[in-house]
Amino acid sequence: MELIELENVTKIYRMGEVEVYALNGVSLSIKQGEMLSIVGTSGSGKSTLLNVLGCLDRPTSGRYLLDGADVSRLNDNRLAELRSKKFGFVFQDFNLLSRATALANVELPLVYTGGGSKRHKAMEALERVGLGKRAKHKPTELSGGEQQRVAIARALVNSPSLILADEPTGNLDSTSSEEIIAIFQQLHKEGITVAIVTHEAEIAERTQRVIRLRDGKVASDGKADKP
Amino acid sequence: MRFFEALVISIRSLFANKMRSVLTMLGIIIGVGAVIAIMAGGRGMENAVTSTLEGLGTDVLYVQPVNPDAPGGAGMAPGYAGANLTLDDSEAIARIPGVLGVAPTNENFVEITYGSEKINSVIEGSTAEFQAMSNYELASGQFITERNVASRDNVVVLGSRTAENLFGDEDPVGQRVKIKDKRFTVVGVLAAKGGSMMGFSMDEIVVVPITTYQARLFTQRTPSGEDAVQSIGVLVAGPEQMDDVRYDIETTLIKRHRIDEDEKNDFAIVSMEQMIGVFTSITGVVSIFLAAIASIGLLVASIGIMNIMLVSVTERTREIGIRKAVGAKRRDILLQFLIEAAALSLVGGAAGIVFGWLLSLAISFIATSAGFPLEAMLSPVHIGIAVGVSLVIGLVSGIYPAMRAARLNPIDALHYG
Repeated sequence: MELIELENVTKIYRMGEVEVYALNGVSLSIKQGEMLSIVGTSGSGKSTLLNVLGCLDRPTSGRYLLDGADVSRLNDNRLAELRSKKFGFVFQDFNLLSRATALANVELPLVYTGGGSKRHKAMEALERVGLGKRAKHKPTELSGGEQQRVAIARALVNSPSLILADEPTGNLDSTSSEEIIAIFQQLHKEGITVAIVTHEAEIAERTQRVIRLRDGKVASDGKADKP
Repeated sequence: MRFFEALVISIRSLFANKMRSVLTMLGIIIGVGAVIAIMAGGRGMENAVTSTLEGLGTDVLYVQPVNPDAPGGAGMAPGYAGANLTLDDSEAIARIPGVLGVAPTNENFVEITYGSEKINSVIEGSTAEFQAMSNYELASGQFITERNVASRDNVVVLGSRTAENLFGDEDPVGQRVKIKDKRFTVVGVLAAKGGSMMGFSMDEIVVVPITTYQARLFTQRTPSGEDAVQSIGVLVAGPEQMDDVRYDIETTLIKRHRIDEDEKNDFAIVSMEQMIGVFTSITGVVSIFLAAIASIGLLVASIGIMNIMLVSVTERTREIGIRKAVGAKRRDILLQFLIEAAALSLVGGAAGIVFGWLLSLAISFIATSAGFPLEAMLSPVHIGIAVGVSLVIGLVSGIYPAMRAARLNPIDALHYG
């Protein structure tokens, strides 16, 4: 089943007089349960694509169907609702609240969706990434790998349709990177849809599908190239 | 997001920046404190004046001269001595049924000398009835008598504080003091009574016979050439006779002063209740005026809160981005920062109430030891107003920073700094 369909999506930024096409007619679809990577040189539009996919940004033109419904023209509040229910974000520099404990960070999305048993759900998510014992620690007391696992737990806690990761291993050493990728693969096996933006070939190799962007267009889309 | 959660987030962030929060609150603390102290002090002053006036006796009417040509209430201004009441008027009033006694009284400031001691005091020229009408007790000696009044004796009765200041431990009765270079024999000393009128202690007075006052100290004549009386106190037999006596005084004086029907009265009859009303409204206006000046401090405090909230929004841009990325709506962010500003202001306001209360206690203490007894009163209404004002200040100064936070674009916010 198609989770996401993009039809001829463009995103234009204005830099003074100049119009920059960050996305220039992107069409693609993502199925429920896929694990894919989005690669490309910097400036190829991969971060913009991720922002559009995650409803952090609206396309300038084109259609974005999420579960069959067009979401490309929704207002900020409806987009915020979609983000809290359908997406989980993982960022390169973790973006955790430094003053809050790991557990409180994981609870954060639940604050905005409401509902009970926040603590319980957050704890469950932390256990899924193997950090149940570190729940009371603050980000500064955790290693980079651990912090990113907290961020993944935060992305998981609302049972999203899609987890979007922007260079999730960019700030990590190889051992930690390996752990993070292993977690994503595990989540994929459990049936969660995962999209990773990366410029590291080793990571792209580990996903079944690689979308390569160039100058805001899809240059290739298919199975990972085996070296 | 529920209100409670927004509250928790806000309080946590205030605690994370304790020093900054406290400094920002300081403005509100001082502003609210000043306003509270002034209102409590004003209320205390009102009570002090009211109880002093009530101490004069509530079954008393005062007849005072009025300038019939002055517009509105200006003719009754305290400084106006229209010089149209006389001792004969006073005696005519004394004959009205239901009148227990009259005390025609003239008042001024004077310097009194005993040996090398010199003090300034309020001097009352009156009759024997003055004592009963003003609720004074004697500490020693006797009060001025009708005979003293009839024969214009140079005798004086001292208020307790006047006696103390002039004679110290010495017994003043029988001693001679000088008033306007004339010798007066002290015949009695009044017991301390407390209370004050327009800032002057009721115990810092001297009383002389009104006839002596008129003939030897301060001469003031009516247009027809008689000695003038500034006011006539009338002791009425009971509250139920108040209206009748008032009517009789009016008709008597209209007849005596030959006032035509189409002319205005050249006198006014004021009850103690009316006087209390006048003083209450004066102190009320004064304290509201002072409070309005003090609330400029609140305006400054409000700017301080807005400033610190703007800094806070900028500093926490990334946090706002994170919150938005995980699903916070504009309203959630707006609420978070608004509550933060309101909490800052409310906590400051609460501390300000305590500070203002302490300040008003200090004012009472200083005023009382300076001889002006005052007990500052903090009423629930004042507390309610202070809390309300703090809340409004917090919300007003928080709304702009909070809107800025709520409008941040999540992508820009996430990559800030």
